[in-house]
Amino acid sequence: METLITILAGVLVTVAVYLLLSRSIIRIILGSAVLSHAVHLLLMVMGGLKTGSAPLLGENASSYTDALPQALILTAIVISFAVTAFLLVLAYRTYQETGTDDLQELRGFIDE
Amino acid sequence: MFTIAFAIFIPFIAAVLIPFIYKRSPRRIGWFVLVIPIILFIGLVRLIPRVANGETMLNTISWMPSAGVDFTTYLDGLSLIFALLITGVGSLVILYSIYYLSEREALGHFYVYLLLFMGAMLGVVFSDNMIVLYVFWELTSISSFLLIAFWYHRKKSRYGAQKSLLITVSGGLAMLVGFIMLHQMTGSFSVRENIAGITDFIGHDLFIPAMILVLLGAFTKSAQFPFHIWLPDAMEAPTPVSAYLHSATMVKAGIYLVARFTPVFGMDSTWFYVVSSVGIFTLFWGSFNAVRQNDLKALLAYSTISQLGLVMSLFGIGSAALHSGYNEHVVLYSQATFAALFHLINHSTFKGALFMVVGIVDHNVGTRDIRRLGGLMSLMPVTFSIALIGSFSMAGLPPFNGFLSKEMFFEAMLLLRDMEFLSMGAWGTIFPVIAWVASIFTFVYSMIIVFQTFFGEHQPDRLDREAHEASLGMLIAPAILAVFVVAIFFFPNVIGQYLIRPAMAAVYPSFADVDALTPHIQAWHGPNTALWMTVGVVIVGLLLYKYLKYWRSMYSIGPFRWNLDSVYNGTLNLLGRGSTLLTNTYMTGYLRDYLVYIFGFFTLVVGGSLFFVGGASFDMTNDAPITINEYILVFVMMAAGILMVFAKSRVTTILLNGVLGYAIALFFVFFRAPDLALTQIVVETVTTALFLLSFHFLPDFKREKTARPSKIINGLIAVSVGVVVTVIALSVQGNQLFESVSTYFEDAYELAGGQNIVNAILGDFRAFDTMLEVVVLFIAGIGVYTLIKLKAQKGGRDVEK
Repeated sequence: METLITILAGVLVTVAVYLLLSRSIIRIILGSAVLSHAVHLLLMVMGGLKTGSAPLLGENASSYTDALPQALILTAIVISFAVTAFLLVLAYRTYQETGTDDLQELRGFIDE
Repeated sequence: MFTIAFAIFIPFIAAVLIPFIYKRSPRRIGWFVLVIPIILFIGLVRLIPRVANGETMLNTISWMPSAGVDFTTYLDGLSLIFALLITGVGSLVILYSIYYLSEREALGHFYVYLLLFMGAMLGVVFSDNMIVLYVFWELTSISSFLLIAFWYHRKKSRYGAQKSLLITVSGGLAMLVGFIMLHQMTGSFSVRENIAGITDFIGHDLFIPAMILVLLGAFTKSAQFPFHIWLPDAMEAPTPVSAYLHSATMVKAGIYLVARFTPVFGMDSTWFYVVSSVGIFTLFWGSFNAVRQNDLKALLAYSTISQLGLVMSLFGIGSAALHSGYNEHVVLYSQATFAALFHLINHSTFKGALFMVVGIVDHNVGTRDIRRLGGLMSLMPVTFSIALIGSFSMAGLPPFNGFLSKEMFFEAMLLLRDMEFLSMGAWGTIFPVIAWVASIFTFVYSMIIVFQTFFGEHQPDRLDREAHEASLGMLIAPAILAVFVVAIFFFPNVIGQYLIRPAMAAVYPSFADVDALTPHIQAWHGPNTALWMTVGVVIVGLLLYKYLKYWRSMYSIGPFRWNLDSVYNGTLNLLGRGSTLLTNTYMTGYLRDYLVYIFGFFTLVVGGSLFFVGGASFDMTNDAPITINEYILVFVMMAAGILMVFAKSRVTTILLNGVLGYAIALFFVFFRAPDLALTQIVVETVTTALFLLSFHFLPDFKREKTARPSKIINGLIAVSVGVVVTVIALSVQGNQLFESVSTYFEDAYELAGGQNIVNAILGDFRAFDTMLEVVVLFIAGIGVYTLIKLKAQKGGRDVEK
């Protein structure tokens, strides 16, 4: 299971990097969203999968799944949401101001 | 109790207070500043008797003992001489500057920089720890930079400031490397411990490199050939600064360093050769070039270079005394060091006075160009007298202190003729000859200062202002220095016994108790060779001065026109253009290129090292079993991910991203993470809605116009990053190096009172993290709000409301 999920995460990283390297802002934002999905999966894998019951002490189980990666992922989900929202608005505003969403056209001028 | 560390800190503390005082009373600021060096000077003068008795004061404030860096202050004869010059000349310069600088100038800045310099300079001479010394050393360069650029609206000031900073700081860096090499050998950063411990390392591989690097620091700071080029340009600073930093104190830091490290490196003959030959050549080159200057300050700058070379060469010869055990050679050659220290003091007095005189002339008539000056003697009689005293002392004439030290200098140079143990051969004769020729030029430019400024024809129509005598306040400081110039001639042995004797003990610690190191200075010592040399200097000098206009044109021919400034400017230009060219090749302004660098670097370095170290190892034995619906889910996610790359429409893409998000939520359910699943579903829904909303405002996907080859490169990079990440993740699972810390959190109920472990971690164990996370959300929210709501008004350019 762990190996399979790791390979899945690797595929998602590949997709994310490819999207990040493209020219359109919206693809780049999507790339960053996919990248955070991949990272969440990786974090999950690192703690080992299905090693016990859900980390709720009320279950009175003999063993629990590792709770630490879950706490980290929870934080990461929220942060990546905030970043995605901000990037989207940034893209919107950039398009309004400059009339393009193409990074090749958005590049700065050579100084002097 | 007057401790030495205190003396270093007082100027810094005062510098911090200046802006507040300046705000209250901008006019009296100078008088407040003046108090500080005077107090320090008096405090140091009171220490003279104790130091003259052979006492030294050592005080250590522990700073970074593990790195061998402590704030150790050490007061001995050598540092006392320099500290007295720093505070003494400092007091006079500040007094002078009160009258020299107009109240409209940024006086607050000026005095902050000046106090900064004073503290740093005291730090240089009092520090025993080489790292602390280095820090103060660079701080003097920085304050000098600020002071040269004081009139920063002038292009030449900025140029001069940059030049001095570049040259002195690169020398300082070389010196730092030298210090570290010394530490490598002796294991200590303390100068005293190095003096004691270096004897075992004289043949060491690092000994000569360390010596050369330390000397580079000293030569750049003390403007020795070929690094002297920064000093004439530093004359753009206000004249009080030139008098203080660039003639009396900062440029002598290099001299101090050479004197301080003579007992460390002096045993080796390389030190003798390098220091004395660089010094003597600088002496000649400086005096030779001083004659051709038309600007009085430039003339004084070259004369300072030349005099620093003189002192430097004397220290080089003085190191010869360390080459054998105690015998008659020690007394003989140590006289050079004595002469160096004596001339150092004398130079500060007469050169300081001369700089102030030039400042007065410049201030009162509006020019320093000797072609426009002349006949000022009757109009400015007091200024003239001071200039006369200073110049004649510099030329080496009695009854002024320069005569005494010049005679001693000639005697020291003549010693080289019959120096046997270093096999100087013919070189031994060349040294006194160069010294003599250089002294003739020194005599000529000293005469130029006096006669071309104060004698000859007065040309009022070529001056900007009407010439008149300076105010009393401006004359006090140079007059005091002029009094010293004369007084030292008549009572030289006071200086010799009280100041120079303990300094000699510092330079020759092994012969500290030999009384003969301190000679009795006499003005008249019979008709010996040195006296005849002086007579020769005067006769030839007078002849050369008389026929100056006939031979001065030789400066404009051939090799004499060549100078090092063009080399400096050329190098600087080349560096600037080269780095622009280099930067433009990789800073393209295109995000993709930067990402390619980052990902490429990641793949090469991380993947490469993983490959070469052989860290990749897989272990799948502990894997959990896979159920059929998990297979299906993995398949769906992979398919959705790959399709995202090829999707033509943006709605398809965002829906595929949604598929990924919800699939992960399902995985969280399978992996026993209910909290994550809930959060993921909520966030994914909102994100998808946000994407769809923003599509309303954004253009549709255009066909990517990227060329096929660069698409292939993108694909290759993406695949390689994906592979590296996968390999790393798999290897991490295969190697568990540490016991997991997670079991700790299973006591969540006892420790934090929560039954949901994930919630307990977020809300209690790592609550601070969660709080900052909320802050991030908040900041993002503000960002979103401002980007949507705030817009530039029509017509208004950049101001957003």
